[in-house]
Amino acid sequence: MVDVILLSLLGLVALFSSMAINFAQDLAFQVQGIVVLATSAFMFIWYLRRIEPVPADPAHPAPRSYMDGVVRAGVIATAFWGMVGFLAGTYIAFQLAFPALNLDLPFTTFGRLRPLHTSAVIFAFGGNALIATSFYVVQRTSAARLWGGNLAWFVFWGYQLFIVLAALGYVLGATQGKEYAEPEWHVDIWLTIVWLAYLAVFLGTIIKRQEPHIYVANWFYLAFIVTVAMLHVVNNLSVPVSIWGSKSVQVFAGVQDALTQWWYGHNAVGFFLTAGFLGMMYYFVPKQAERPIYSYKLSIIHFWALIFLYIWAGPHHLHYTALPDWAQTLGMVFSVILWMPSWGGMINGLMTLSGAWDKLRTDPVLRMMVVSIGFYGMATFEGPMMSIRAVNSLSHYTDWTIGHVHSGALGWNGMITFGALYFLVPRLWNKERLYSLSMVNWHFWLATIGIVLYAASMWVTGIMEGLMWREVDAQGFLVNSFADTVSAKFPMYVVRGLGGVLYLAGAIIMCVNLWKTAVGAAPRVSSATVPAE
Amino acid sequence: MDLYSLLRQMADSWGLLSLLLVFLGVIVFAFRPGSRKTHEDIAMIPLRNDDRPLPCGDDHSDRRN
Repeated sequence: MVDVILLSLLGLVALFSSMAINFAQDLAFQVQGIVVLATSAFMFIWYLRRIEPVPADPAHPAPRSYMDGVVRAGVIATAFWGMVGFLAGTYIAFQLAFPALNLDLPFTTFGRLRPLHTSAVIFAFGGNALIATSFYVVQRTSAARLWGGNLAWFVFWGYQLFIVLAALGYVLGATQGKEYAEPEWHVDIWLTIVWLAYLAVFLGTIIKRQEPHIYVANWFYLAFIVTVAMLHVVNNLSVPVSIWGSKSVQVFAGVQDALTQWWYGHNAVGFFLTAGFLGMMYYFVPKQAERPIYSYKLSIIHFWALIFLYIWAGPHHLHYTALPDWAQTLGMVFSVILWMPSWGGMINGLMTLSGAWDKLRTDPVLRMMVVSIGFYGMATFEGPMMSIRAVNSLSHYTDWTIGHVHSGALGWNGMITFGALYFLVPRLWNKERLYSLSMVNWHFWLATIGIVLYAASMWVTGIMEGLMWREVDAQGFLVNSFADTVSAKFPMYVVRGLGGVLYLAGAIIMCVNLWKTAVGAAPRVSSATVPAE
Repeated sequence: MDLYSLLRQMADSWGLLSLLLVFLGVIVFAFRPGSRKTHEDIAMIPLRNDDRPLPCGDDHSDRRN
């Protein structure tokens, strides 16, 4: 019965997307329709062929095992999209220094490749890392197999389809012009379906857990999943102009729309890039250090303080705008208070190593995780400082903001993800150890130096252009034109691009290392699999 | 009173107070006497059950796999 319903659904989707290709009012909708048609037709045939009474998942015949196939796929997807996102970022960094790289084509202009870069690194690289690690962590900390059987595979492949549809839309010019929420209405609806399935798998596994308590990492992951669902739905409330076109009109307008956008935008940082990745930290740092988290009580307070405070911080993106002053002040105050729980969490992560600091000398993976926590601390100090209105009057609209975002994203999100990948690959592919620790060392130093080049050049250029914009002469006239700041920034743009090259080079080394580990390294000896209890 | 003013007044008064009390309650609950042993046990969760799930008690909802 389920098979019949699923096949009918796939058939209907194929029919609808064929009509969409025919009636499409813009190129992006047409190309996305072709992708959906190909996917649904493939799925129809694939599903029809496996209705035969074969075991549903031949890779895992044993009833008592974790569902790790989908985590393996997630690890591969994370590494792949990471490379795409880093490459796109490095390319557009050089576009800013050398505009000829826009190639005079609409598809390759900075304006279209920039959302491709941000979505590839945040949602494709970061999102796949979060989905894969959350599936790994929730199983181990619940001592239960993933709930929902193949629903986890639907989440994985559905999310990849979302990424492809969104990326095609950006390049072909379909965007609703909301930062970090660029995909148009039809892609948003698809993501909502996938996300609810993700919530069901995660929550179902927690509900059937065999451990009496829910470990703190799962609290962070769950907060990330629930809040992102809420943010995504509210910020994307829009009415499509036609069901056969990608253009839609926002329900909110003016300052309400701006506040909704930055309520979404800042909580994408707070719950996607912070809460979710803190879930990673609370599992992988104790695992790699082989000791429990420093203070479980502190982790509880860290969680609830972060959840209660972050949701209010968005208005600091709208200082000196039409947003009422009290709302700006509210956003600023909550942002400054946020510093405390953030540093509480940083201390909790770092102090987990107390008594085991010597491991930093010998274990480059742990070093990567510790540096990521360090960058978390730096970014969560810089952020509250920049949210203060007086500081914001200098920093806003300058490259300082971009530098701040990247020290958080490259340093905290990137490094903790690399650490988690280095932890996961030997275990998921049942290997004794990583292929090469010295390659991890190379990756570590290339990435760190890359971030330093990036952040330092953006501080210099950001503060410089902020000062140039506000410089007035004795008569009160502005001294510099906008083009003056652009030409003054050129050397820093080149340095930033080089930082990106170093970071990308480190990631390439990681991919080679992980590949060699998965296909070549010595298999794990079974006696080593006895749990250390 | 229009809907906005009503919601606004609720949020400024009872809403704010209840959120604050929930937050303080969470902290007090975390520091309740006797919680140390529980928390030490929870903190050890990541360091066990690495290779296979615990035998299920009564729930086998994913038997198909």
